[in-house]
Amino acid sequence: MNRSSRKSPPKHQSERPRQTLKQLQELQRLTASVIMQPLAPGFRSRKNFTDGRPNAVVAAQFIKANERLKPFERIAIYNKQYWYRLVDVLYDDYPGLKTILGRLKFNKLIFAYLQKHPSDSYTLRNLGSQLGRFIADHQELTQPRTQLCQEMWAFEWAQVEAFDGPANPALTVDDLLGSDPRKLRLGVQPYITLLHLHWPLDDFSVALKRSALRGEASNAVDAPSQKTQSKKVALPGQYEIFVAVHRLNNDLYYKRLDRNAYLLLKHLQKGKTLAGAVTATIRDGGKTGDESSDWTASIQGWFADWTQMGWFCTRK
Amino acid sequence: MPANRFNGFTNLGVGIGLRIPHYKHILSKKPVCDWFEIISENYMLDAGRPLAVLEQICEQYQIVQHGVAMYFGTATRLNRDHLKTLKKLVRRTKTPFLSDHLCWGSVDGTYTHDLLPMPYTFAAAKKTAENVREAQDFLEVPICVENVSSYAEFHASEMTEWEFLTEVVEQADCGILLDVNNIYVSSQNHRFDPYDYLNGVPHERVGQMHIAGHSKFEKYILDTHDHPVLDPVWKMYEHAIKMCGPTSTLLEWDAHIPSFDEVHAEALKARRFLEPAKKAETSRGARREPVIA
Repeated sequence: MNRSSRKSPPKHQSERPRQTLKQLQELQRLTASVIMQPLAPGFRSRKNFTDGRPNAVVAAQFIKANERLKPFERIAIYNKQYWYRLVDVLYDDYPGLKTILGRLKFNKLIFAYLQKHPSDSYTLRNLGSQLGRFIADHQELTQPRTQLCQEMWAFEWAQVEAFDGPANPALTVDDLLGSDPRKLRLGVQPYITLLHLHWPLDDFSVALKRSALRGEASNAVDAPSQKTQSKKVALPGQYEIFVAVHRLNNDLYYKRLDRNAYLLLKHLQKGKTLAGAVTATIRDGGKTGDESSDWTASIQGWFADWTQMGWFCTRK
Repeated sequence: MPANRFNGFTNLGVGIGLRIPHYKHILSKKPVCDWFEIISENYMLDAGRPLAVLEQICEQYQIVQHGVAMYFGTATRLNRDHLKTLKKLVRRTKTPFLSDHLCWGSVDGTYTHDLLPMPYTFAAAKKTAENVREAQDFLEVPICVENVSSYAEFHASEMTEWEFLTEVVEQADCGILLDVNNIYVSSQNHRFDPYDYLNGVPHERVGQMHIAGHSKFEKYILDTHDHPVLDPVWKMYEHAIKMCGPTSTLLEWDAHIPSFDEVHAEALKARRFLEPAKKAETSRGARREPVIA
């Protein structure tokens, strides 16, 4: 084993001034900017860098050529892998949104989104967390289905949260017995999302999952267009629903709610006392014209269900 | 070397990566497997199915953590939130050591989610070693640094990759996760002799090895982890075991993942080289035993 060269770099290298830490920082910044620059249509690397200079010139400043590949061709491997990886994650997490828009329009949306919101976390879980707001701010990318897209994003993001979002110790019926409803404020588990939707997106999601010919887990080497092929699923017709996206025993569930049950949970989530939430729900629920509801029986039934599922926790 | 201070004095045998497609099989069939490697970032969560599965697996199997986003080679500071969350996981799994890569991948708070190659400079080695020491001190478990496969080389480099790896691990006083497939892939992409690399690293610091498959393209090889291990890599692995001694070995198969049995069978081929090495070690040990008159 010859380690003597470790301490004595080759002569031509030892004549060069050594890299400083500041230069290392600048080199990493430049390399990252080349790797993260947007691709051209068709998932190909661009000819010109973001400042207009040819990528070939930019890359040659800091990357060596070899006998088979030019400098930019070498760094372009990383450029493509970067985009394949992020697009692959959004394909996996938002299949409904992709189906609604179609692949080309979805690609246009997410490329624009990722340029504005690159990953800022060591986990890719949150990559799509700002997509709902982005859709609202750039409606031209989703017209004429902007509202459907926003609701589909919300439903699919809710699944991300339900899958591995934090949980607090659940309150049981015994914990609640004897509490004064005028003072009791209940927390709703943070992994639960309550949604008011204008399309039956729960049924749509289930139909999509059934139709997908799932591949195995992957590390995003293939260009996304070569991945999972789905049978066509018809877009849903408009139909108002209220749904809770949650988990039970670590399985993901979508639970349809009665409108009044949804309102009650929303009021509790906003921090109203139990009595205040019930009063507000009866007031708002009366607008449906359902004067004959047996509120007591309904509320008791809902609470029995919800506590059994562990939906309530101490409010922090 | 087998059990040493860089792997928490463990010699675990042959393991495979814990992957979602295999969860059901592992939990229901409870197959015999020496150990599993988990990707730390997949379990750095607050709750949910991944942690529930991990808890069940930790009860029955040895787990070792392997990270992909610590970015020891970053020219700035390590992410403290990442370290804190990682430490919670270290306590949960009781991993005897953990590993992550000799690479960088984040700049100004933006993450590439890739394992980007380092310029092999003295400044980079010094900074990387500082980062590894900081992580090791905070996490309170030994760390092994893994060599990555790469597709580009920097003009700025002042030494070879294996010299750089040696600089880092000796300055950081940490271990090496020797990825034999990555050496092969890089050697083909950058035209160096992979046996120079294998011979040039400090073998006494090797705490674990990786083997894997890769994909050949017209002008380069890509480290895809989606094939069986190819013959040149097995030959290099045999040489690495001779140099380092029988060492905990993991087969990486991360894409187009076949059944558990198929992946495990591929991994167990490593025993062809580990068993003779163990016998040789035992013989050497027996010969060194003093004769008591």
